[in-house]
Amino acid sequence: MNESSSIKSAESSIIDISNLCLTFETQTEPVHALSDINMKVNSGDFVSLIGPSGCGKTTLLRVIADLEKPTSGTINVEGKSPNQARLDRAYGYVFQTPALLPWRNIEANIHLPLEISGYSKDEQKSLSNQYLSLVGLSGFEKKYPWQLSGGMQQRVSIARALSFDPDMLLMDEPFGALDEITRDRLNEELLRLWEKTQKTVVFVTHSIPEAVFLSNKIVVMSARPGKIIDVIDTNFPKDRNLDIRESKEFLKVSQLVREGLKEGHSDGS
Amino acid sequence: MEANRLFSMIIGGSIGPVVILVTAIIMIWYAGAVYLNSSFLIDRYEKNNIEWSFSQLASDSWSMERPVLPSPHQIAKELKKTIWDQKITSPRSLVFHSRVTLSSAMVGFIMGTFLGIVLSVGIVYVPALDRTLMPWIITSQTIPILAIAPMIVVVLGSMGIIGLVPKAMISTYLCFFPVVVGMVKGLRSPSILLVDLMNSYSASKVEVFWKLRLPASLPYLFASLKVAIALSVVGAIVAELPAGAQGGLGARLLSGSYYGQTSLIWAALITASVISATLVTIVGRMERAVNNRMGLQI
Repeated sequence: MNESSSIKSAESSIIDISNLCLTFETQTEPVHALSDINMKVNSGDFVSLIGPSGCGKTTLLRVIADLEKPTSGTINVEGKSPNQARLDRAYGYVFQTPALLPWRNIEANIHLPLEISGYSKDEQKSLSNQYLSLVGLSGFEKKYPWQLSGGMQQRVSIARALSFDPDMLLMDEPFGALDEITRDRLNEELLRLWEKTQKTVVFVTHSIPEAVFLSNKIVVMSARPGKIIDVIDTNFPKDRNLDIRESKEFLKVSQLVREGLKEGHSDGS
Repeated sequence: MEANRLFSMIIGGSIGPVVILVTAIIMIWYAGAVYLNSSFLIDRYEKNNIEWSFSQLASDSWSMERPVLPSPHQIAKELKKTIWDQKITSPRSLVFHSRVTLSSAMVGFIMGTFLGIVLSVGIVYVPALDRTLMPWIITSQTIPILAIAPMIVVVLGSMGIIGLVPKAMISTYLCFFPVVVGMVKGLRSPSILLVDLMNSYSASKVEVFWKLRLPASLPYLFASLKVAIALSVVGAIVAELPAGAQGGLGARLLSGSYYGQTSLIWAALITASVISATLVTIVGRMERAVNNRMGLQI
């Protein structure tokens, strides 16, 4: 326990956020989406951002992705500004919905970021094969998105995010729209993928079991203004499977998260 | 039982309903010809003290030299006379006139589509154009084409531009509008999500255009092109009316009405609508081919 945490602190942080605030100016009154956020994510972490809707977890993810600009505070991604990190293609982003282009087949959808990054046709082909097999969708190259189920589409979207080998995977409630059975299976698959690819993952969710099962670090947030209530470390074995959800340790961590959320709720309103 | 099956075969098939509809239209047309031509004929009967029966009236009203409404077989005869029995280079041939109209319609359609796409890209990408251009584009379409067509033809004629170009410009004038409206909508159709996706890849504006906005706009473009191509024929015909053009379906319509040759007018009208329908069908086929190629469901 001590050993592993000392190793972690020695690792460099890949995302470093301090005193970050983001205020949306609206017609009626300013909305404080994020307030005084301090957060560090180490390389190789699986970090979940959990909180009620409107707590700014998606906004925080978008700030890391440079899809949103903070009002004040500093943020470094891989030691650079988020903008530079985006230009350097430091992350792959997975949205709530698969966001596949309907006129491109599965293979061509995965080629999209590769085309933009200037990979050659041969490289595109081999990368799409490689990552489709990684998410278990070999043989679906020529299918169109509408021919695939929601879960399969989201797997394509993950393969697309990984295809150009970014250091980070930013995921915004990627399994929120799926049924529970599919969701459980994809959670296990994602864990295997994380183990295999050694990516840093920042994962937004509002499901406690999902957050506890997947992450080694859970960031609990509260709404209005969006701020961080608690950061909970977990210490499950990397090759865990869904059975772990029955374990005492799992229930204990879940309870911690639930209490954090409750505290935030009474604070916020 | 047998009759039922026969009935459902006629109704259920794809040809049956069309045949029934066309038959109904032809019957109404014949009835209409009797009704519209009768007052003139009855006047003549009474003046000449001729005893007349309804069958007499009907057969007379279907075979007049200059009927108010010619009957379908008279129009068919006129079509046969002016399409099959003439050399296609003869100015009496409807094929000759169709070619004249069609060529200016096509040039106008291509120019209008091009202009429409260019304007829509400007409107979508340049905020200043978005605010300033659209009101003018809408205003341009509130001016009756019949009012502006002669002016364009006359003004361009005084500048020495005659023939196909002024006519094509009137087609362009009609065509670009649906293309602008459709393409602006189409280029703006990608969801914020997809735009964010492209931004997350640090895609340039040009890449967002070619890889996202343009493909997303194609269904809108084709809907507009169907309207535009039919309008291009209307534009070409209207442009042939004012200047006393020598060729074209518009010129045919004009001389038909000048000499009271209603069957000539109707023959030209039917030719024009067949041309338009064919063109719309061709665009529809192109749309389906593109959809297939893009893997989209229709």
